[in-house]
Amino acid sequence: MSPELLSALTIFLLAVLVGFEVISKVPATLHTPLMSGANSIHGIVLVGSMLIAATASEPVSQVLALVAVTFAAMNVVGGYVVTDRMLQMFKRRQPPASPGAGDQG
Amino acid sequence: MDPSTLGTLIHFAYVLAAALFVVGLHQMNSVLTARRGNLISALGMAIAVAVTAVQLIFLGSPATGQTEGLAWPIIVAGTLVGGGLGWYSARQVRMTAMPQLVSIFNAVGGGAAGLIATEDYITAVGRGEADVWLSIFVVLGVVLGSIAFSGSVIATGKLQGLISGQPIIFPGSRLVTIALAVIALGGTAALVLGGYGAVDLGGLEIPILGVIILAALAFGITMVLPIGGADMPVVISLLNSGTGLAAAMAGLVLNNPVLIIAGALVGASGAILTKLMASAMNRSVINVMVGGFGGGEAAVGAAAGEGGHVREVGVDDVAIQLAYAQKVIIVPGYGLAVAQAQHAVRELAELLEARGVDVDYAIHPVAGRMPGHMNVLLAEANVPYQQLKEMDEINPEFPRTDVALVIGANDVTNPAARSNPQSPIYGMPILDVDHAKSIVVIKRSMRPGYAGIDNELYLQPRTGMLFADAREGLSQLVAAVKVL
Repeated sequence: MSPELLSALTIFLLAVLVGFEVISKVPATLHTPLMSGANSIHGIVLVGSMLIAATASEPVSQVLALVAVTFAAMNVVGGYVVTDRMLQMFKRRQPPASPGAGDQG
Repeated sequence: MDPSTLGTLIHFAYVLAAALFVVGLHQMNSVLTARRGNLISALGMAIAVAVTAVQLIFLGSPATGQTEGLAWPIIVAGTLVGGGLGWYSARQVRMTAMPQLVSIFNAVGGGAAGLIATEDYITAVGRGEADVWLSIFVVLGVVLGSIAFSGSVIATGKLQGLISGQPIIFPGSRLVTIALAVIALGGTAALVLGGYGAVDLGGLEIPILGVIILAALAFGITMVLPIGGADMPVVISLLNSGTGLAAAMAGLVLNNPVLIIAGALVGASGAILTKLMASAMNRSVINVMVGGFGGGEAAVGAAAGEGGHVREVGVDDVAIQLAYAQKVIIVPGYGLAVAQAQHAVRELAELLEARGVDVDYAIHPVAGRMPGHMNVLLAEANVPYQQLKEMDEINPEFPRTDVALVIGANDVTNPAARSNPQSPIYGMPILDVDHAKSIVVIKRSMRPGYAGIDNELYLQPRTGMLFADAREGLSQLVAAVKVL
């Protein structure tokens, strides 16, 4: 095992532990947005897709890279946009007219 | 700037992006900070992608030190097409269809992770560099990515109604699933041993990987088909976690820190989330994956035959009951969302509040098609989230409630979950609607709910059935309350 591989595996393991801890007490209200948010984060495969596109010299590889980039970009952009759409709905109600400014009938 | 300094900066930027993912995900734990959390995570993503572009422009691929001629056309075209599709579908989707869309995004993410691992393996085999560790990471990435891809596509089909939501079990389907797993494991063993140098694969590495991919794709299909539609959220969450791990494997293959961290983060947090969702339904993940829930099991239909009596009520009666109640709890279900009746229900609630009625919404953790889905749908209709009460908070209030208004919710109100050990949903925590002083159910017909089980709540003497489409029924109620 090379030193790089060892440190990569260490990073992996620590990140798994962080992942276990980072979402402990989530209200059920947020399960769906959270799943969607986590879904957007694995759109990070876009970075990997760009890296394989950079080395793709054969037509087969280029096609694989093109599909990978397209898929990953869809995951990233769509994931963040739809999560934001869900979350922007969790607004507090505007306080219904502060005392003294009663304008409702 | 000399290349090694730039390389260091790029590495730090990747670590910063990974840290932003952690912070963003953590802030999504709470309603108040959730939106900001998502934006922080998006910022991390933007940094990671921008830094990768800088890497390719100034330093070339970390593996080869250069960038092939077609790289930029591929990256730009793919990003524009994929990003455009993602943006358009995310803006256009109706909130009721959102679980399907999340599943589609998960499918393409898994597909991309699998393709990265495949492509890297092809390159490595060509150079004779496919050692044992690379083979392990590649195979794991390919298998998890392929299962996430095909499984998510099937889950989408089920949620969208393109494939029956009922569990689909064909003769010998379990054997086929096991056979596929054996094929994939056999292929994996061959590639890993080949990478170790223990066996000579004689140039067959790529075809073997192809067989593994096909087996994994088919496995994803046979894994999800036997699972009922009501359990799809758990399945999607599990596949989401799988895609995260596939991304981490792709990161180990490419030796890229941000891929490793982000992938592992999603893999682990997705696993926790899956467990939370399953326990909200009082089911274990294993139990869900074994499948068959919601099918034509023995207890289905037991309640209907017991001579219960259905009491039908009219709009005006219900309007009077609601208007002169002290406390009303609205129990919304997926039927409400399908009928697009969120706005009508808010209008009714505001009208009742103006008359001094105390109105709350009781949200079952799995109301809708996903945990939390109903909150999103109601929030879209400007229902203040402080009025949305979770199950544990609202259940003790039902005995003090004059009217429980159940709109398009079914299985989550079924008392059989408490009382009938024969019922497939026995043990699932439910909303104790039947403890209210009176119950009104707005429903189009007596048709059973998503899990395919009859609801004995409808046969109780205190329950009145208002047979109507949710939106129509609510509009009529609004009109009737207005003239009181």
